[in-house]
Amino acid sequence: MIRYIIRRLLISIPILLVGTFLSFVLVASLGDPLSELRAKPGVTEADVQALAQSLGVDKPILVRYWDWLTSFVQGDWGTSVALGQARADVYTVVTDALWVTAQLVIFAQLLALVLGVAVGVLAAVRQYSIFDYTATSLAFLAFSMPVFCVAIILKSYGIQFNNLLTSMGADRWLTTAGPPTGGFSGGFGEVIFKYSGTFLLPTLSLMLISFAAYSRFQRASMLETLHSDYVRTARAKGLSQGRVIFRHAFRNALIPVVTLAALNVGQVFTGAIMTEQVFGWNGMGSVLVSAVRQYDPNMLMGWLVVVAISVVVFNLVADVLYAYLDPRIRLG
Amino acid sequence: MADVTTPTTPGPRPASATAAGRAGSGHEFDSAKTRTQGQIVLRRFLRHRLAMTSFAVLVLLVLFAFAGPLFWSFSYEDSSSGSYLAPSGAHPLGTTEVGKDMLALLMRGTQYSIEIALVVSLLATAMGVVLGALAGYLRGFVDATVMRLVDLLLILPYIAVAAIIIRTVSGSWYMVALVLALFHWMQIARITRAETLSLAQREFVEAARACGAGTWRIIFKHLVPNMIGSITVNATLTVATAVLAEAGLSFIGLGVQLPDTSLGVIVSENYPQVVQRPWLFWGPFLVIVLISLTINFIGDGLRDAFDPRQTKVRA
Repeated sequence: MIRYIIRRLLISIPILLVGTFLSFVLVASLGDPLSELRAKPGVTEADVQALAQSLGVDKPILVRYWDWLTSFVQGDWGTSVALGQARADVYTVVTDALWVTAQLVIFAQLLALVLGVAVGVLAAVRQYSIFDYTATSLAFLAFSMPVFCVAIILKSYGIQFNNLLTSMGADRWLTTAGPPTGGFSGGFGEVIFKYSGTFLLPTLSLMLISFAAYSRFQRASMLETLHSDYVRTARAKGLSQGRVIFRHAFRNALIPVVTLAALNVGQVFTGAIMTEQVFGWNGMGSVLVSAVRQYDPNMLMGWLVVVAISVVVFNLVADVLYAYLDPRIRLG
Repeated sequence: MADVTTPTTPGPRPASATAAGRAGSGHEFDSAKTRTQGQIVLRRFLRHRLAMTSFAVLVLLVLFAFAGPLFWSFSYEDSSSGSYLAPSGAHPLGTTEVGKDMLALLMRGTQYSIEIALVVSLLATAMGVVLGALAGYLRGFVDATVMRLVDLLLILPYIAVAAIIIRTVSGSWYMVALVLALFHWMQIARITRAETLSLAQREFVEAARACGAGTWRIIFKHLVPNMIGSITVNATLTVATAVLAEAGLSFIGLGVQLPDTSLGVIVSENYPQVVQRPWLFWGPFLVIVLISLTINFIGDGLRDAFDPRQTKVRA
């Protein structure tokens, strides 16, 4: 297993190199990071040249890529050239934003998995029941809704719910703008109140689509195992319905869904970007939007590489999980 | 139940292989055969109630978007009405901040969104089928290159790359469609490749090759017609994916740029009003959901219609 993981990581290095090079060329063609400085009144050509030299944009693209790559692997991700950011350190900005987005993605994925698996199993056990049909219709509906629309709807109801709370004399509970602030200060109850209120709506909006996918997938895989020979054998031996479902069918039916969840991370990440925009979180979404709008090459490169590496890692996690959960699969 | 190895293909009917044996009248015979196959699929699809209802709703939506402006009294360019008028007989969905009629805007946005989605689906399917079939038929170096390209595009976050290209070139609707197509052909390529790998082993392909058919002729005359089912289904589902992808990209402000518009742009511009003026949000929202929902159902109906093993709808 260890050897397989190492080999897979080695294989993904050339892909990452080509990917980062293409991204680099693309980002470099995005525009001239010096144009804003040039347009400013009172800036001389010498100032522009000095900035060009300090950013290294006066050299050919291959040299620049190599410079970027060598400093990137050493942890120097460069500085932002966007005005108003005071040449912020890309590493700090991107990792901070990644942490904000990761919290959202992790909570939403966990919730989607637990609920999706539960609903999928129930729908499979009670196939063609009212519950099954309702779950199927809701899943189809959720598939067809853009994440940001779900977020907008939840946000509008959240605001109305808060208004209801204040009219009853209670504090506003649901936060509809911004991630949790102030860390873990205050009493235990306060922290729970604050964090649940902040995370509830964004997590719910992000969860919905993955939940739909997982519940459909879990239902299909559960139906397949329920009709397999070893489940019939277990029933024939006289085991109780609950034991057959949970001990024999459920455990094996979980395998494809868990793998799907690991592969799905990239898509959930895209959804998180839109959810953040609606709820005003300063995560990867706002970093991307401002970096693209302000022609910020170093920031974009940092962003792209972080996301690309996450996707590679989670694809590997999916493969390893699959082999670990299903002993019939041997990674060589 | 003749064939279970290729569940999504319309069965092992290498029509062109028989045609090759009857050189003279072969073509006529061939097309008659194909029509029968098409008729079976069409009959199955027409009897699929959910798919047909969805199809009717979709046709109404297309009429609304493309024929609606001819009959509607306001133009999407006309901003002479008052700002934020409430819904009334003259403006069923109210007006926007700058005083444009929401219904007229919605027609315009739906037009663009449907056009973008169709272009994405056609281009992505064409790219996916050609690259996937080449990879599966030629194998070796071509296969390795195409599959690495797929891997590469899957690790690059499309939302960022699309945003960068659109920012550099232009935010017109066809550019957005081109860029989105560039990131939506991989799934189709993988499916086509897998089906080509198994079809290429069949005798009719070998026979065609023995007759001297070239790579392109084998791909387009012998392989593609035999996997038309899964290609059609996936092309349909790509339309739904593309509607949502375009809306998302435009929503965060990195997709379609004014003066072009789309449903995503309309939602993005009006959603801050969702509490005070919900109609400005629910109109475009409903159209997005209806488009992607109906297309998903149509795709499902097509899948059932093309599947020779299905029993839900009689042929």
